[in-house]
Amino acid sequence: METNLALLLLLAPFAGFLLNIFIGKKLSRTLAGTLGTVAVGVSFAVTVYFFLQVLNTHQPIMINLFEWMQLANFKVDFGFQLDQLSLLWLMFVTGIGTLIHIYSISYMHDDENMHKFFAYLNLFIFFMITLVMGSNLLIMFIGWEGVGLCSYLLIGFWYKNQDYNDAAKKAFIMNRIGDLGFLIGIFIIGYLFHSLDYTTIRTMLDNGWTPDATLLSIAALCLFIGACGKSAQLPLYTWLPDAMAGPTPVSALIHAATMVTAGIFMITRMNFLFSPTNAELAAAMGIITDVIAIVGAVTALVAACIGLVQNDIKKVLAYSTVSQLGLMFLALGLGAYEIAVFHVITHAFFKACLFLGSGSVIHALHGEQDMRNMGGLKKVMKVTFITFLISTLAISGLPPFSGFFSKDEILMVAFHENKVLWVIASLASIMTAFYMFRLLYLTFFKDFRGTEEQKHHLHESPALITFPLIVLAILALVGGVLNMPGSNWLNHYLAPVIATPAEHHELDYNAYALMGVAVIGALIGIGIAYAKYIKQSAVPPQDDEISGVHKLLYNKFYVDEFYTAIIVKPIYAIGSFFKNVTEVAFSGFIFGLGRVTTMLGTEGKTLQNGSIGFYLFAFVLGVCSIIVYIFLAK
Amino acid sequence: MDNILQEIGIENYIYLSTLLFCVGIFGVLYRRNAIVMFMSIEIMLNAVNLLLVAFSTYHQDAAGQVFVFFSMAVAAAEVAVGLAILVAVYRNLNNIDIDNLKNLKG
Repeated sequence: METNLALLLLLAPFAGFLLNIFIGKKLSRTLAGTLGTVAVGVSFAVTVYFFLQVLNTHQPIMINLFEWMQLANFKVDFGFQLDQLSLLWLMFVTGIGTLIHIYSISYMHDDENMHKFFAYLNLFIFFMITLVMGSNLLIMFIGWEGVGLCSYLLIGFWYKNQDYNDAAKKAFIMNRIGDLGFLIGIFIIGYLFHSLDYTTIRTMLDNGWTPDATLLSIAALCLFIGACGKSAQLPLYTWLPDAMAGPTPVSALIHAATMVTAGIFMITRMNFLFSPTNAELAAAMGIITDVIAIVGAVTALVAACIGLVQNDIKKVLAYSTVSQLGLMFLALGLGAYEIAVFHVITHAFFKACLFLGSGSVIHALHGEQDMRNMGGLKKVMKVTFITFLISTLAISGLPPFSGFFSKDEILMVAFHENKVLWVIASLASIMTAFYMFRLLYLTFFKDFRGTEEQKHHLHESPALITFPLIVLAILALVGGVLNMPGSNWLNHYLAPVIATPAEHHELDYNAYALMGVAVIGALIGIGIAYAKYIKQSAVPPQDDEISGVHKLLYNKFYVDEFYTAIIVKPIYAIGSFFKNVTEVAFSGFIFGLGRVTTMLGTEGKTLQNGSIGFYLFAFVLGVCSIIVYIFLAK
Repeated sequence: MDNILQEIGIENYIYLSTLLFCVGIFGVLYRRNAIVMFMSIEIMLNAVNLLLVAFSTYHQDAAGQVFVFFSMAVAAAEVAVGLAILVAVYRNLNNIDIDNLKNLKG
């Protein structure tokens, strides 16, 4: 029964993919979309069933389908592990997935390849479920690669635009770099433990078995590199802002709520390896977790800085995603896995809502994404505005919205562990509040700055678009109750899968003071945005009027240019060297051989002229030469 | 037998057969009439036969003379085939000048 249900959970989106890809073109667009939505909805329903079951029994559901491979004493099973962590992830992957499918029915309705869009989305959900459900690292790797593929397909969905294709390739290649790290990490773990199974490895470590600490920390570092690629951390984050080339629902689902959190899922899943109970190993792992925390904090700050000045509504959200992911990695690096997961969930709610809201705006403006040409939408798009406002308040970290609780817990952990990291994270949060309200003010307040024609067509989006927005906004509003200080439901819920729980900080005077500081910080950010964009009615300058630090930030610290200069250009140079020199030399040689043979043949065939006299002459000459060679040459 | 060789000397047989062979070669190379070329080939063949017989005597070994019989028999057969071809050529072209036989060109 459980096996069948788990297979249904996994295969329903795959069935949706197959149906849409093969017969979707013959169906009407609405039907194709409904099919895709129902497929994910089924998965969601099954997930809820399992979630409630595990909530009651506290027993993880282990399903072993078959033995996948057996090499000497190394064995990999094809099995699934439905425990507290994976079910939590499945809940929001399939839940938000369903909402975004509903949204897409309306959003993509004018696209001739709508069935293909839903096929890819379903395939993505299928791989994401595989990634989350697998009982060992190898199955996770299948999903890991699969979601990368779907991300590529969906970023380049409008494949007729070359820039979008380039963005898709960039995402894929950047991810490959991380994937290589992940794969090497898997190999090392397989070498050390003779197993890739989560429970086996955890049991081995818990029973005091100590592998080589250096190798294990290299493995952990490799896994982290994999997570960096997938979750867009420094130095591999540049693909995520470019990934906004995809349709907006894709940005919401893949590049904000689900896929980019896979790195966090993986590290949380392997938390017994990153924060082992064994003191000796824990000391070796300390370096790795420090690296994770520092990378996370720096990413949060850098991305927030860039986000301050972007004008493309989706780019701002993309950099804010990178920044929030950085905060999650900060929490991971500090050993606060539950809190990272908490922030993943609240972030999924409000960021999906923000992206879908921006999609709604873009939809109303017929593809306009530049905030300099927006404004005043508050009056026409009431539902979008209110949901957007709630999510913006949530991401800015104002109570009682969900983002406040999760972000505040990260800041609190950072404060207790390392004051420098706390300052960096707090700065990033203040910037977040600023740029999110900048976005809100520029988009929804003041007067409309677009063309008259656009103004004439302004409209609130249809119910299929606003319904997911409302649901997500409610979740963004109340999501904080999951881990409200005092109850800490999520911490208790996740306790079985976390080897070393984060230190619990009492709600004392300090904690309230920190909350106060965080809220004041957010209010300062909002205040600056208010002063600039409402009081002074400032509009960001045109591209050629930008100078100084603003220009540096606007051009994203020139990281892309830097990568182009030190990686892309040399590779192109090597490529053109091989093409223009090596290939020419080789083909010159090969074709030269052919030409010589042809020439010899052309010349040689005149020897066979049919004259018997000539043949005889040649014959005699030949015999004489042989005789001369044999008798005289010696 | 010994006397003949003592009186004339083996080297003279070698000179003679070399001469005959060269006559044959030049005959083949210079003449254009297929019959004459055929005859020249026979001269070369007989030069070799002569040499075989001479050496056979010199070495007191009858095997060489046996070979000569074989080679004469084979030569006779070959001549029969060759002449038959020439007859056929003559019937087609009305002459047997080898310069007219260029249809053999591949």
